[in-house]
Amino acid sequence: MTAVSEAATSSAMRTREATVRRFAVTDMVFRAATRASAILVLVLLGGVAISLVAGSWQALSKFGFSFLTTESWNPVTENFGALAPIYGTIVTSAIAILIAVPIGIGIAVFLTELCPRPLRRPIGIAVELLAGIPSIIYGIWGLFVFAPFLQTTVQPFIIWLFKGVPGLSSLFAGPPYGIGLLTSSLILAIMVLPFITSITKDVFDTVPAVLKESAYGIGCTTWEVTRRVVIPYTRVGIMGGVMLGLGRALGETMAVTFVIGNAHRISASLFAPGTTISATIANEFTEADGDLYTSSLVSLGLILFIITFVILALARYMLLRIDSRTGA
Amino acid sequence: MSTAQSLHQSRKRKNAVMMALCVIAAGIGLAWLALILGALLYKGLSGVNLAVFTEMTPPPGDAGGLLNAIYGSIVMTVIGIIVGTPIGVLAGTYMAEYGRFSRLTTVVRFINDILLSAPSIIIGLFVYELMVRPMGHFSAIAGAVALSILVIPVVVRTTEDMLNLVPNALREAGTAIGAPRWVVIRSVAYRAALSGIVTGILLAIARISGETAPLLFTALNNQFWSSNLNAPMASLPVTIFQFALSPYEEWQQLAWTGALIITLTVLGLSIFARSLTGRREDR
Repeated sequence: MTAVSEAATSSAMRTREATVRRFAVTDMVFRAATRASAILVLVLLGGVAISLVAGSWQALSKFGFSFLTTESWNPVTENFGALAPIYGTIVTSAIAILIAVPIGIGIAVFLTELCPRPLRRPIGIAVELLAGIPSIIYGIWGLFVFAPFLQTTVQPFIIWLFKGVPGLSSLFAGPPYGIGLLTSSLILAIMVLPFITSITKDVFDTVPAVLKESAYGIGCTTWEVTRRVVIPYTRVGIMGGVMLGLGRALGETMAVTFVIGNAHRISASLFAPGTTISATIANEFTEADGDLYTSSLVSLGLILFIITFVILALARYMLLRIDSRTGA
Repeated sequence: MSTAQSLHQSRKRKNAVMMALCVIAAGIGLAWLALILGALLYKGLSGVNLAVFTEMTPPPGDAGGLLNAIYGSIVMTVIGIIVGTPIGVLAGTYMAEYGRFSRLTTVVRFINDILLSAPSIIIGLFVYELMVRPMGHFSAIAGAVALSILVIPVVVRTTEDMLNLVPNALREAGTAIGAPRWVVIRSVAYRAALSGIVTGILLAIARISGETAPLLFTALNNQFWSSNLNAPMASLPVTIFQFALSPYEEWQQLAWTGALIITLTVLGLSIFARSLTGRREDR
């Protein structure tokens, strides 16, 4: 009797031990799989960096530092310089940010302070939908709808307006093509607007109500509360959002490819066609014959990668600082 | 007294002006959305007919449809999701469950956020160097890999965020009845975070189904029907790119129709994804 029950217990013990061991093994396997996947994310970014460096080695070793300072881009003589695309990238992104930041902050103020509560979510979603529209849609819209509009109405007016004004007249010199640096900047501004808006709105929401209420309590207007309390409190977070938008604008490809005009030169006029790093790669990569040509295009990619990496890293660092403050 | 009053007046006026500007800013944002959608509907709807979904992309100057491009887009998106989602979910699981406080998680989160916003054309170049150059030709599978690299960071981010929202008491309850860690994760944490993780996957689908730049020099394009994963394959975005920049009217019309299809798909997906988790944000 006792022997039987002892045998039963010990066999139960054994199956139990086996189950526990099996659990431990599967747990270890699962843990290893998740860890490997996490490490794969790091490997991906490392792989991107290594492959870009490897691919651009030929061009960079041939042209050296002058690759960054040469304007000429001549596939026939195989003489390549990145100055024009770098110039175009920086100018279009900078103008886009200058336009998008005030509008983005304005929308965030509207959403957090002015908008009636039931409308808040629909309007917020509508603005975020702008971020969901694929960039090629902005491109086709920009080329067929927006650029002709600029060409026939806005650009002639601006040229006429600034005629004879020193400086501005060469900045806005004709002829009005419709496509060009300014058109690209405007499209980019629309595209980065939702990123700036949603992050600004999020950091505005982190301002403690008591801070705002005490400002209202001493008689501040809504604008004064925004200007003196909310914006100073969230400055780092807004900067993070702006940097994130800038990172997007710098790397944006398809929309710009449609409306930039793809001219490898640097013009004083914002109405002139130009090019950006990403547009050059998108346009020429599949047609590039010759290793040096391809390698030069990959070098452009490497430059873009480095610029956006630095900008995005800064953006994340700033947003982390805001996060840690709200966490504390 | 009068100076105080005029100061008060000027502050109120300034406030009114600035608030009006904020309302105008919101108006501008909404107006762009309306303008773009309006143009898409206006130009795209007139080209929607049965042929779009049943015929191949035509040679220049001919009528035709977008069937092979739609098919290619679906195939590459599906493969991209199938490859990218498990990796993303597992990585997010590590960050939220096993390694929540480890240094690796902090580093991965930082790098993942950079990958999330990295220019997609760079990913295209990477896959070109990784697959197209060694294989010697463009292929649909390279395009799908490029898309899966775009899927991973989106899924990692949402999975980690959503698992972090699962209350620890639930996990402790699971552990207390003797369930090992991975069973707790699978049957408790995943289940509690399911709608959030699904949202992340839907957003990832929305993101890659409109991507053009990473496909340009991985999957390239194909004018004909092809289901060979080892050969170039057409996709809707690349076809739109090619057709829109062409001088042929039929091609441009097809480009607009394709643009309308993509936009409706993407916007539908993102609205649906938001509606899954939307309630919670309202509090």
